[in-house]
Amino acid sequence: MTTDRRNFLKLVGIGGVGASLAACGTTGLGLDKSAGRRVVVVGGGFGGTIAAKYIRMQDKSIEVVLIEPNRQFIACPFSNLYIGGLLPDLSSLSIGYDKLAANHGIKMIYDTVSAIDAAKRTVTVSGGTIDYDRLVLSPGVDFRTEEIEGYDLATTPQIMPHAWKAGPQTLLLRKQLEDMPNGGTVVLTVPLAPFRCPPGPYERTSMIAMYLKQYKPKSKIIVLDANPDIASKAGLFRKGWKKHYEDIIQYRAAQKVTAINAQNRSVFIEGIEEVKGDVVNVIPPQRAGRVAGAAGLIGPDKAWCPVNATTFESTLQKNIHVIGDASIAGAMPKSAQSANSQAKACANNVVALMNGKELIEMSALNVCFSYLSAKEAVSVAGVYAVKDGQIVSMPNSGGVSPDLSETEAIYARGWLKNILTEMSS
Amino acid sequence: MEKKRSTKCPGQWALAACALVASASAVALPPNAAMLTHDCAGCHGTNGASAGASMPSLAGHSKQVIVDAMKNFKSGERPSTIMGRLAKGYTDADFALMGDFYAAQKLNITQQSVDPGRVAKGAVLHESKCKSCHIENGKVSNDDAPPIASQWLPYLQMQVALYMQGQRKTVGMSEAIKALSADDLESLAHFYASVK
Repeated sequence: MTTDRRNFLKLVGIGGVGASLAACGTTGLGLDKSAGRRVVVVGGGFGGTIAAKYIRMQDKSIEVVLIEPNRQFIACPFSNLYIGGLLPDLSSLSIGYDKLAANHGIKMIYDTVSAIDAAKRTVTVSGGTIDYDRLVLSPGVDFRTEEIEGYDLATTPQIMPHAWKAGPQTLLLRKQLEDMPNGGTVVLTVPLAPFRCPPGPYERTSMIAMYLKQYKPKSKIIVLDANPDIASKAGLFRKGWKKHYEDIIQYRAAQKVTAINAQNRSVFIEGIEEVKGDVVNVIPPQRAGRVAGAAGLIGPDKAWCPVNATTFESTLQKNIHVIGDASIAGAMPKSAQSANSQAKACANNVVALMNGKELIEMSALNVCFSYLSAKEAVSVAGVYAVKDGQIVSMPNSGGVSPDLSETEAIYARGWLKNILTEMSS
Repeated sequence: MEKKRSTKCPGQWALAACALVASASAVALPPNAAMLTHDCAGCHGTNGASAGASMPSLAGHSKQVIVDAMKNFKSGERPSTIMGRLAKGYTDADFALMGDFYAAQKLNITQQSVDPGRVAKGAVLHESKCKSCHIENGKVSNDDAPPIASQWLPYLQMQVALYMQGQRKTVGMSEAIKALSADDLESLAHFYASVK
């Protein structure tokens, strides 16, 4: 049924996705594996776009279908700069998929995954069911809101934005800061690690403090961190805060928020001490994106997906690979660049597996920049390999910047431009 | 001592564990050029074609330039923010694979706005001062000369500044740059940025 599958995918490529899917259904797609080989990628973020692209770059005979609900992707990196007032809007963080799809022959399906059947190797979206030889999931994160009493995912973020997925939430947090009176208090709560973007809450703290210093100098920001210390680049953030924002930031370690009262704009530390703010940015604890749970890929920690360190194939379900924030990737932090790098290691080995070739040892890297002021940034970098089945840092490499750096702030923008261009072309 | 990441039983591994790994059916090959260089693309663009103004395109660099750069970043001889930290995670053999890969990529031709007056002045300076090393208007990377044609203007300006401050030093270039004024170098940067 080669032609059926190809014709179906042509239709998908042209448009009218839902209709064509519904019309074809599973049977229309053909389940005959000799008809061709297909990888389905779920999630059009830093991991999914790159996995789809690099599979196609290395083997044009493999069909790649990328499923993503949104037609536009808005990057989280640099969204803190918008919150701080350094970006006029989110346009420089926004990309579409048309060029990527056209350049590499990737079939886009703008739809939401409702089910994954690992045994039958099918993915179901609202428009129908798609069969795959291998599935790559890059679902990002969801929130463990059940761990915060009083938090309702539908209503709380409208009052207390998390802004941990870039887009309307980012705009809302910025607007709340603009509307806050001079002398107001911002409360920012950090969940226990691991979470998406370990330095993110502290970069955000820096950007909010920068805004307050200039426009609301009587205001302050209270950081309630569930972790025993700043979870990433701690020395550099402390240095930057002392240099620029000493009277603005009140940082409190080991203060886990377990309850909130959205109407009062207050949070409760360990359910007891109440802290009230004019703007309250609650970043909830996180787990792998919903799709991972639906596919039975979440491990005993009930949060993240255990994977083979070389191929990123799930250790719980065959033929399903998990990359990016959702995966347990040893020493690699949950960052955009990690997802990009993991996607490539995964893509290389998916191509090897599908061609019966030997696997290639995974090599990966991470680079992550954080802004501390309008012109200064710091970074953490790492190079990773597999040892004894675990992803480890290469010895004596990587680490954090020696100091705050204006050069790194310039390089950060170069990195953003390149990584977004890579994803969208 | 170079760190090993291959299955050749690095010294720190217990022999027994290594034997087990070696006997397993799914022993992976050491990282190849694709596995290594794909990671560079986050900052340097797919296949080394940079879209970011502060980041050099690596496509079209000679193998020697890439290997020397990585070794010098690793040793700290060449100043860097992040590259030194990253280079320390790779071996000389990795650098050779990276060099082969980028030498095989086509030069990345960029579209950017430049000052026409400076381009004209830079073109004259190129003829008299630079072309013996930076051949074909800087498009060809020969031996230890990187391809500077069509690199982003901000990147070229940043490198000029590093040479002028004496922070970046290379045989030939460090001497050559002394014969040029800051204004000359600015014009040369516009010229090379304009080369298609």
